[in-house]
Order: sequence, then structure tokens, then C-alpha cells
Amino acid sequence: MTIAEIYESMEYGPAPESAELAKAWLDAHDGEFGLFIGGKWHAAAGGRFATFSPGTGSKIAEIGLATSNDVDSAVSAARGALEGWQSLSGFERSKFLYALARQIQKHSRLFAVLESLDNGKPIRETRDIDIPLVARHFYHHAGWAQLRDHEFGGYQPVGVCGQIIPWNFPLLMLAWKIAPALAMGNTVILKPAEFTSLTALLFAEICEAVGLPQGVVNIITGDGSTGKAMVEHVGIDKIAFTGSTEVGRILRTATAGTVKKLSLELGGKSPFIVFEDADMDSAIEGLVDAIWFNQGQVCCAGSRLLVQEGVANEFLRRLRLRMDTLRVGDPLDKAVDIGAIIDPTQLSRIDSLVKQGVADGAECYQPAISCDSGGWFYPPTLLANVAPASTVAQVEIFGPVLVAMTFRTPAEAVELANNSVYGLASSIWTENLSLAHDVASKVKAGAVWINCTNQFDASAGFGGYRESGFGREGGREGLYEYLRAKSEPAGKPIEPWVPKHSEVDVTHKQFIGGKQKRPDGGYSIGVDGNEVSRGNRKDVRDAVEAARSAAKAWGATSGHSRAQILYYIGENLATHLGTESEEVRLAVELCFAYAGWADKFDGLVHDAPFRGLIYTRNEPIGVVGLICPPSPGLLAFLGMVLPCIAMGNAVVAIPSETEPFGAVELYRVLDSSDVPAGVVNIVTGLHNELEKTLAEHEDVDAVWHFGSSEGGSLTERLSTSNLKQTWCSLGKDVNWRTPNYPEFLRHATQVKNVWTPMGD
Amino acid sequence: MSTELRTPNLGRNTGVPLDLDWVESIRVNRSAVERRTATLGGRRTVKKEWQAAWLLKAVACMDLTTLSGDDTAGTVRRLCAKARQPARRELLDELGVPDLKVGAVCVYHEFVETAVNCLAETGIPVAAVSTGFPHGLSPLATKIAEIESSVRAGAKEIDIVISRHLVLNGDWRGLYDEVRAYREACGDAHLKTILATGELGTLRNVGKASAVCMMAGADFIKTSTGKESVNATLEFGLVMVRAIRDYQNRTGFQVGFKPAGGIRQAKQALAWQILMKEELGAAWLEPALFRLGASTLLGDIERQLEHHLTGRYSALNRHPMG
Repeated sequence: MTIAEIYESMEYGPAPESAELAKAWLDAHDGEFGLFIGGKWHAAAGGRFATFSPGTGSKIAEIGLATSNDVDSAVSAARGALEGWQSLSGFERSKFLYALARQIQKHSRLFAVLESLDNGKPIRETRDIDIPLVARHFYHHAGWAQLRDHEFGGYQPVGVCGQIIPWNFPLLMLAWKIAPALAMGNTVILKPAEFTSLTALLFAEICEAVGLPQGVVNIITGDGSTGKAMVEHVGIDKIAFTGSTEVGRILRTATAGTVKKLSLELGGKSPFIVFEDADMDSAIEGLVDAIWFNQGQVCCAGSRLLVQEGVANEFLRRLRLRMDTLRVGDPLDKAVDIGAIIDPTQLSRIDSLVKQGVADGAECYQPAISCDSGGWFYPPTLLANVAPASTVAQVEIFGPVLVAMTFRTPAEAVELANNSVYGLASSIWTENLSLAHDVASKVKAGAVWINCTNQFDASAGFGGYRESGFGREGGREGLYEYLRAKSEPAGKPIEPWVPKHSEVDVTHKQFIGGKQKRPDGGYSIGVDGNEVSRGNRKDVRDAVEAARSAAKAWGATSGHSRAQILYYIGENLATHLGTESEEVRLAVELCFAYAGWADKFDGLVHDAPFRGLIYTRNEPIGVVGLICPPSPGLLAFLGMVLPCIAMGNAVVAIPSETEPFGAVELYRVLDSSDVPAGVVNIVTGLHNELEKTLAEHEDVDAVWHFGSSEGGSLTERLSTSNLKQTWCSLGKDVNWRTPNYPEFLRHATQVKNVWTPMGD
Repeated sequence: MSTELRTPNLGRNTGVPLDLDWVESIRVNRSAVERRTATLGGRRTVKKEWQAAWLLKAVACMDLTTLSGDDTAGTVRRLCAKARQPARRELLDELGVPDLKVGAVCVYHEFVETAVNCLAETGIPVAAVSTGFPHGLSPLATKIAEIESSVRAGAKEIDIVISRHLVLNGDWRGLYDEVRAYREACGDAHLKTILATGELGTLRNVGKASAVCMMAGADFIKTSTGKESVNATLEFGLVMVRAIRDYQNRTGFQVGFKPAGGIRQAKQALAWQILMKEELGAAWLEPALFRLGASTLLGDIERQLEHHLTGRYSALNRHPMG
């Protein structure tokens, strides 16, 4: 085209980013890569497999397929490096993280181009978003490395960490995994996704260049079998995984009962809520960043549009116009909005889901695109008039597909938003900040973005509620995933409380929904010459039901009010049981301690490079199932119940089989202490008959099992269906005399980060 | 609110009755607006021939301006000569646009006649800043008389300034009436309303003032006088072009947009053009609907055009001054 012709048409022309230096790097390796283990490069025992560029569909390199033998070598290298790495001062570790950050900045364009080539995402995103966030993550955690000893006194590193990351943000997910692990003094084995290993291999070269001690970072490439070998390896202390909920469940099952620490960052179907008083054009740009960022292959993509009914037609009209100006094409073109889909399988999955949506009655809008590079492209897609019952409203599509539905009121918006098994992120658009913060507090999501979307920073924790996983990455809250509380000695035995003998026959029922109820089965169990009810699965069901109905209001009760009730429990406990025994004296003290904490385990304000307020809320998890250890019957029972209810959870507690009487005495205490009905539910009985029902129950959000290793393993294994958070002692002693309060409170809460930009 | 796109009405904006519900419904979120403008430059770019062609178009959309206290007939004549021949003849020949002219010449009323004479038979319109430019606080009768004088002197376009206090106090009726009166005084001359966005306090005010000026019959809405401490930012521009889009959807009228003040570099011109194409479409890349108010921008564009042809970075002294 001549200049005069362009002058008339005023079209955009090609604006290619050169891939020359990235290709030179690939050529320098003859397009073949090995594994980085113990600071050295090794050929993979499983041979090599090809990796493709989604923008063209052509092969760009061959990478190693690590086998279980390679995993063994990597674990030995990481284990061997652990002592040396941990003996360094925080300052020394900090210098390495700082050097990694610097190196990433110095080679930022090489990383950006390589990432775009390998993943198919636009160069604009890798250049302007991914790689700067990677550098920021290492800088931020260089600081934490030095601050660790001061800020996390009661904690120690976990040890050898196995990290498995997805293909959608290859280098960024590497940073999210490696930076905090190294900062806290762990060594790592990282497996990039099989589709996108190249930037991790370039990162390994940077580790070499900065002289990172051998074995501290090991990069092994491979497929699902490599990941499986890592997960099953006994030498790995922690597994951190980002990926699909389906694989997350497999990992949960595989690590059950192994004492491996586990964090899962999984899928989502995140709501994008637009109220009638939103800045509509800005909300539409927000949607572009929400669902057409990285081709929608983002776990926290705002993929479910909820728009207030009165403005829905106008909003969707403007949205369709905006979709027409999105440019889809060569990922290395600097003027492209949407690049290529990771591989043909994913492409056909997206397409079949869209067809399913249309078959279910959705109105589909797709602007025409033309991409003839041989790559795997899919147009931006809007499915309007989608009902919650439609498949596309429920499943994660992981593509550039937005589903839209309407709501009438804020309450209905929240209800629709939470009508999902997921709970990763949420975006709320309104110029009414009172409304925005109210909705933010009610949405079940780990990240809430008000009048913005897909915001990330090293200083702010990211992670999900519900089946979107557990654990946080980033921020102070994320560091706990790479730390373990130092175990404290249990101390001298506690002089137990013993029930008084009564001359009158005593009946101990169940305590469900604030009422004493006969057990469904009509059986009792004899304990020490007395009897307690033998609960069954229906009693557990009723107790969960009662807890669920109480959880919402209790979670919204102020910390101050909860504190008053906990103090009152302490007061009534002392009166009811007397304080002659040490166990009761400690129990009363415990009530006071958690009453004191009830309004003090508060959130943070994060300092990110963001003009606005990022605050965290430590929110209750919801309904927590508690399986109590054999002894001390009363104190351990309260040691589990109190932190949960102090933080606003409702509980279903199964007292000790052998010392249940303290717990059942509490019925009257709870009754007289203003504890709302359903907040504490107690089902006595045989653990092996009850814990299975509790662990499997889809409406229980977390389970704590303090007791035998077998019981804990079972709980972890059975909790996978809805991916409830578990905390199991697996046979280890717990100090109930002076418990690690913050550790209990952390397990009783989940962190929500709320982002609110400022400026008018 | 209408949900279907009105058929574009290609005639001149007649204005519509003041609609206060519409004004009050306008919402602007500053951070989201800033995000859009901050990322736009990363989403779109033009290179090589495309960049040269776009820069030539920027010249065609330029309101070549002199608004200094020490302007004389001599400097205005010099500017007009530049308007007729905005770049060296052989450069334009080689680029394939030998007849390129600027969009308009913009001067104070005092020099309208001089400029009109200099530009006779070129087809380049003369624009006059008016209504007590830049502050706009002269008596209303004086301001209207000023418009009428400039129109009589041959100005085809009148760049008025609005009374900022009307916006700051939310007196939308007052603003509407004022602009309506200016529109009537313009007659056939086109009315460009300068919002002086840097003095309106909030982006929401910018959005509301844009809507009211269009309802009152503005042919163009313009960001700044060039005399405010903050002039044409992309954020102001985005809010204004979105208001233009909304106005077109509701009324069918296409209203033009003119950023002015602080636009000195070719890459700034490209950023404005990209904003127009993305938010309003290609029609807003033509001088009928888009003008860039500038005095020194042309020199930088000439350097870039020469660089495109020679591959060597150019110098200002190689290009004739205006």
C-alpha cells in the first residue's frame, strides 16, 4: 500500500515485534533443552518432546521429559542444598532474590518475546504486564527474605517444595512460586507446564548467572507423569499447585495423610457485576481486561457478567460495539489485543462449549476475525441471555467467552455471584462506594476488584474460596504457605475435669440448632459407666444444616459482639463446672483469650504500586467440621470450637469418644451464654461413623481433624469433592495449655483482598 | 434510553433541548479512565508507511495556531504561509500528497482579516478564538458582539470559551443558555466550544459540560485554551469523545473533537488519532470531525516525515518555520 492510499483508508498496519534474539537463544541451544538439576544441565531420562508456538502452530523447540528418576535427582539436589541455603543470613538470601529481579529486568524483552512465542499471548501483555510483575515479585520478596526472622519468629521453612505451574502465565506463576519459597528459606523443584517451559529454562540460566547455590532452584520439564512423580515423592515437604480444579482434586487425594503441606490455586467462574450507576464505558473496558486478557485463559477471568436489568440492553449494545474493535492476530504484533489459544484441544473445547451455550438458548455474538498464520485463534465471544442453569454459566470455559445475565437488586447480584462452586475473584462496578464495599464483603471470593479488574501485585495475596483452592500467593498472607509453625512441647499433663456422679439418671442428647435433640438412631454409647448419644450420619446432616443457617448472620456479627459472647461462655463455664480442676481453669482462660482475639485478628492495608486502597479482611470460612482428639476432652474441644466461632464460623463438633462429658456439659453453658442457635452444634458418637459424613459433606467448608494419623488421612482424602480446607494433626501432639492462637485463627479464616482505586 | 443506534445524521448539529436527567446520569470513574488511556498506547501503534500516512493526516487536521500577546500581522502572515505549504514541497511530493494543507489557521479576532486575506482561495478556513478568550469573563453582550465581529471579518470557525463558574456550580441551564446564544451569534460559522477542562475540577464535570455544550449546538467540543495549567490530556479527551459517542447514539448528530494545548510531538498526535479511531471510528480522523490545536507540533511532524524518507533523524532547521 502506498502512503497516499493509507492516507485515505487510515487503517492500522503491521507492527511486528522482532523475534530475532529469542530465536537466536533457541538456536544457541540447537532448539533442544535438558533439565536444570543441582545447578547443572542434564538430559532428561524420558527423552524429549516438542513444544509449539500457538501463533503459527509450528514447533519451536524440544524439551526434556523428566521421569521419576529425574525427580529423585532433583529432590536429592534440593534436599542437599537445604542446609546451606538455610544457613545463609536473610541478607544473603535477599541479595540473590534481588539479583534475580535485576536479571529479569535486564533481559525483560527477551523474556517477553520468548513468552509470547511459546504461549501465544500478545507481546503487549508479556511486555507490559507479565514480566514487570515477575520482576516486582522478586524485588518484593527480596525484602521478605531479609525480614523473615524479625517478622515470623515462631515459624520455620517448610523444606523442599515441589511446585507445579500452569501454561497461562508461565513465568509469572514461576515467580509467584519461587520467590516466596526462596525468601522463606526453602529449596524448590519447579515443573513448568508442558506447553510452556521455555521461559522457565531461561530463568534457570539466570539462576546460574547470579551464582545461586546449586540445588536451591531445580527446573524439571515434563508432562503429567512428571508432576505425578513429584506429588508422590516422599522427599518433598510441600506441593504448591496452580491449575485446574480437576487436577487439584487429584493432588489433594494423592497427598492426603502424607504431612505434605499443600496449596492449591485452581479454577474460577468469576462474576463481573455492573450496577446501574456504574461508569458504563469504563466497565466495558474493564470487561476487555477481564475476559479478553490472555484470550480469557485466566483462572480469575471475569467470565460471568451480571448486569443490572434496567441498563442491560444499553450495556450489551455498547459491549458489542466495543468487541468489534478488538484485534485478534499474531501475538508478536504490537497492535493486537487477543493472541492465540494455547493448543488445538483447548480451542475445540472452547468451541464446543460455546455451541452448547447456544443450544441452551444463549444469544451468541462474535465479531468476524481473520487470522491466516496457521495458529489457533478464537474470536471474542459474548453469550447473552444465559441462565444460571446453563452449562456455560457454571463451568470454567478458559477462553475468550463471556456469559451474561441480569439481576434486579444488589441482594440478587450477590446471590447470583455466589451461585457457583468457585470463589476466586470478583469485579464490582458502581460509583456508589457504600454499595461496592457492601457487595465486596458478601461476595465469596479471595480477590475483589472495585471499579477495576485483574489487578495483581506481589504485596497482595491472591487465592480462592471454595473449589478455587486454598492458600494465598503474594503478600504477608502468602508467606505462610512456605512456613511451618515451630512445634512447641506439649508441656506437663493437664489435671482433668471429671464429671460429678449424679444420683438421678442423666440423659445426654445431641446439641443441634440450639436444641438438645435425641439421636436419630436411638442408640447410646456407654463411657465410664455413663452414656452419651450415638450420633449417626443423619445427626451430622441436621447439624450441618443448622450450622449453615446460622453461619451467615454469625459471620456478619461484629467482633465485639462475638467477644462478649465468648467472655460470657467463660463466665458461665466457671459457674457451671466450678474451677476446682486445672482443665476447667484453662478452659475459662481459653474463652477469655479467644474473646480477646475476636475483634483483633483484623486485616491489613497493603502497599502496592496502585493509587488506591487494598485492604484485606480475615473472613470466616463458613461451616467448619471439628473432630476432637481423645484428650483433654473439654479443653481440646474448646480449643477447636472457640477460635472458629471467635472468627465468625459456625461449627459442627464431634467431641472426644473417651472424654465426651465436658463437651456435653457445654449444652447448658452455650444455651445460657447467648450463643445463637446453630453456631455451635455438637454430635457425640463414634468417630469412624461420623467423620466420614462430615469430611464428605458438600456444605461443609473446612474440617479440622485432631487425632490419629489414620483419621486425619481419611479426612484429607474424603474432603476432595468440594475441596474443603483441612487441618489435620495426623497423630502429632498439640499444646492445648498455651496454644499458638494466631495459628488457630489463621486456619479459622480466609483472606480476602479488596482493591479500590482512588481518584475523582 | 435508546438501545438502538440512530441512523447517523450527517447534517450539522442543531442541538437538542437541555435534558437534565441525561446530564445527571453521567458517571465517570477517573481510575478506570486513566487505565484506558495509559494502556491504549500499548495496544495500538502505527509503524513505517502507516505512521507517515497518519502523520500527514494529522497535518490535515491541524488548527495551526498563534495566540500570543505579541502576535503581529507579520507573524500571522508567516503562519498562513506555513498553513498553505505545511512541509517542504519535495517531501510532500515524495510522500505522494503534494496538495496537503492544514485544517485551519487559528488566531485572535484582531488578525482574522489578515489571515483571511492570506488564505484566500486556499480553502483553508480561519478560526477565531472568542468570547473573552482565554478566561471568558467579559460581559455577555461583549462576548456575543465579539463573535459577530469575527464572523463579519471572515472567520468560518469560532472557538469560544465557556464560563467555568457555571460548570463548577452545576448551573447547567446557565451553560446551555450561554452556548446556545453563542451558537446563534455564529450563524453559518462553526462553533467550537472550549471547555477549559483543566479548570473544571473533575472528569465528571468534563463529561457533563461536554454533553450540555453539544445539546446547545456545539459543532466541536475542544479541551483547552492552552493557557490553563493542565491542558489536553488523554483522560480529558477520552471522557469527551465518549460523550460525543453517547450524543451521536441519542441524537444521530456527529460532533467534532479538538484537543489543544501542549501537543508538541508527533507521537502525541498519533496517540490522539488512535484514541479517535478506537473510541469513535475512522470518520473522526478527518478534519470535518477532528482537529489538533497546535503551534509547534508541525515542526516535529516534518522531522519524522523526513526521517521516514531518508532513514536519517532530522533537524528542525531543515524545515521552514511558520
